[in-house]
Amino acid sequence: MNLSGAEILVRCLQEEGVEHVFGYPGGAVLHIYDALFQQDQVKHVLVRHEQGAVHAADGYARATGRTGVVLVTSGPGATNAVTGIATAYMDSIPLVVLTGQVPTSLIGNDAFQEVDNVGITRPCVKHNFLVKDVNDIAETIKKAFYIASTGRPGPVLVDIPKDVTDPKVKVPFVYPDQIRMRSYNPTVKGHPGQIRRAVEMMLAAKRPMIYSGGGVILGRAAEPLTRLTRQLGFPITNTLMGLGGYPASDRQFVGMLGMHGTYEANMAMHHCDVLIAIGARFDDRVTGNLAKFCPTAKIVHIDVDPASISKNVKVDVPIVGEVDTVLQEMIRLLEHEGGQPDGEALKAWWAQIEEWRGMNCLRYRMSDEVIKPQYVVEKLWEITGGDAYVTSDVGQHQMWAAQYYRFDKPNRWINSGGLGTMGFGLPAALGVKTAFPEAEVVCITGEGSIQMNIQELSTALQYYLPVKVVSLNNRYLGMVRQWQEFFYSGRYAMSYMEALPDFVKLAEAYGHVGMRIEKPGDVEGALREAFALKDRLVFMDFQTDPTENVYPMVPAGAGLNEMILV
Amino acid sequence: MRHIISILMENEAGALSRVAGLFSARGYNIESLCVAPTQDDTLSRLTLVTRGDDQIIEQILKQLNKLIEVVKVQDIEDAPHIERELMLIKLQAAGADRDEVMRLCEIFRGNIIDVTETSYTAQLVGPGEKLDAFIEALGRIPVIEVVRSGALGISRGPRGMTV
Repeated sequence: MNLSGAEILVRCLQEEGVEHVFGYPGGAVLHIYDALFQQDQVKHVLVRHEQGAVHAADGYARATGRTGVVLVTSGPGATNAVTGIATAYMDSIPLVVLTGQVPTSLIGNDAFQEVDNVGITRPCVKHNFLVKDVNDIAETIKKAFYIASTGRPGPVLVDIPKDVTDPKVKVPFVYPDQIRMRSYNPTVKGHPGQIRRAVEMMLAAKRPMIYSGGGVILGRAAEPLTRLTRQLGFPITNTLMGLGGYPASDRQFVGMLGMHGTYEANMAMHHCDVLIAIGARFDDRVTGNLAKFCPTAKIVHIDVDPASISKNVKVDVPIVGEVDTVLQEMIRLLEHEGGQPDGEALKAWWAQIEEWRGMNCLRYRMSDEVIKPQYVVEKLWEITGGDAYVTSDVGQHQMWAAQYYRFDKPNRWINSGGLGTMGFGLPAALGVKTAFPEAEVVCITGEGSIQMNIQELSTALQYYLPVKVVSLNNRYLGMVRQWQEFFYSGRYAMSYMEALPDFVKLAEAYGHVGMRIEKPGDVEGALREAFALKDRLVFMDFQTDPTENVYPMVPAGAGLNEMILV
Repeated sequence: MRHIISILMENEAGALSRVAGLFSARGYNIESLCVAPTQDDTLSRLTLVTRGDDQIIEQILKQLNKLIEVVKVQDIEDAPHIERELMLIKLQAAGADRDEVMRLCEIFRGNIIDVTETSYTAQLVGPGEKLDAFIEALGRIPVIEVVRSGALGISRGPRGMTV
């Protein structure tokens, strides 16, 4: 059967099992929207700003593990999407972003709503394509989904000129069963000899430490990670992106590491003799000063991306492969060969770690007068049974969410770790709710971040996406204010927000429920009330302590053992 | 350390800009870059010269390999190899200088490929240092224009870089 380019595109999405597309129509994609309109297998969520579309698809992808799909028009539609694409790129999130382009005959002519989408996005996509021939659509889309979701995942952009989707030009449609690319063959299995070396090193360790990251979540490897960690009895820390990869309420979990990591996690990193890095990339927010990083450790590093290995920190046993496969192989080796870790040494190591844990570095002073942001997150954890999908924006509230909401399951913690994109939280939450309508979805945000994509409250109403917004409103751009307090002698340059809107009225204006909470005694009641409203989006505006800081903190340039505690 | 890196990549629009973009985005330097089709018309071969310590070169090779259109990457310094560069150089040559240019060309095994009453254009092939030495040897003879291809490299022996 012959189909138009637009029809082919929609058929490709159907073939890929795509259920939801997040997007915004415009001139260059009208043919595609017309084809979408004439079927009901692929549903479209109309956002209010293209950045929101990408974050929503991104949240959808992070929660489900499937590839998120975005459809936007040429020119401003595509440029608005760029921040979202870069966000997904930095966190290795599989997305296929379809952008409209001016007709091929006009490309390069500075036509209306023309911009070089492929050029603009080149540094922030895993790959991108310009489709110049209707006959190439099917294969290109197949490649896009394949590239986005395999190896180290990432966003793939497909730029489609308007004439390529012309309804009058019809060609045969065949969707390829599979795709083979001579230039793209991600490594799946780790090298058996390296895996064996790593296991030997782990068993010989006196002070071992497991450090796992977002690769465990992306690689669906939480289960083998948990099994291996328990089998070995080693302490484990998760990066910001890796939270939920190991149950946070388990005794072996020593908390998040890095700039705002726990005292015990950072101290254990600093003093360990064997570090097992799993799906993590030694980001500067994790390592602190590289010259002082893990000075006494031999390092094993498992990652699907060879370029992540020995990029920042030279490792002793590199293993390139899918985390899941490699961990399974390690478990198999341990079970078959009956190796045991050094129990005596481990006992002494745990005694030391418990001493560090005894510092209780996440304690904070409660107040009867003013709401402590940490308290709100702790109560939220209690009330949701620790089982909600939590998205966040970027800043202090993000760190408090990471520290105080204990994630026991993977894919529940959804935040912009690499790029640090304010405005991510709300649209991401809508994406998660689209995927899991029955699940409890919470966006933890602040009054600064939420205003960067607050228009998506309108999308939430149109598509009945009753998420809960927990805004920790301290009237400051809190993380900026914190750095200004510590490192700029308290000169709070432009970090105070005057003339904030009345968020209660704003929520109501968008058709939702708004609540303003000012007293610590009201926090729990308000949360219970909000979560009882199952079918409503509730915007909770918590007036929190403006002077509260995120602790512990490893200042820039310091080693992980040089934390500022409360 | 100076390295010559050979890249086989899909002969597609935009592939070159991905390589160039990678170098600028990650702050690696490119001393020269040369790209042309190969005997297989689906492949282009790109030769680039860069500098960096071992860790940087390792990252460059890995990052290049990550580019979807790159099929194969090789640091040709890893094995015995031959390096050549082509230079076209236009010189002011009148009077006694004309003989001097001819002599130098002969010494450096170059050819004169264009002649006017006041100028010669010479073509020279060799490793970069040889071309530098030629320019040096010209002394006071005025150079009007220099065009250099950048280095090309190929491994010694019967084995080739193939897909």
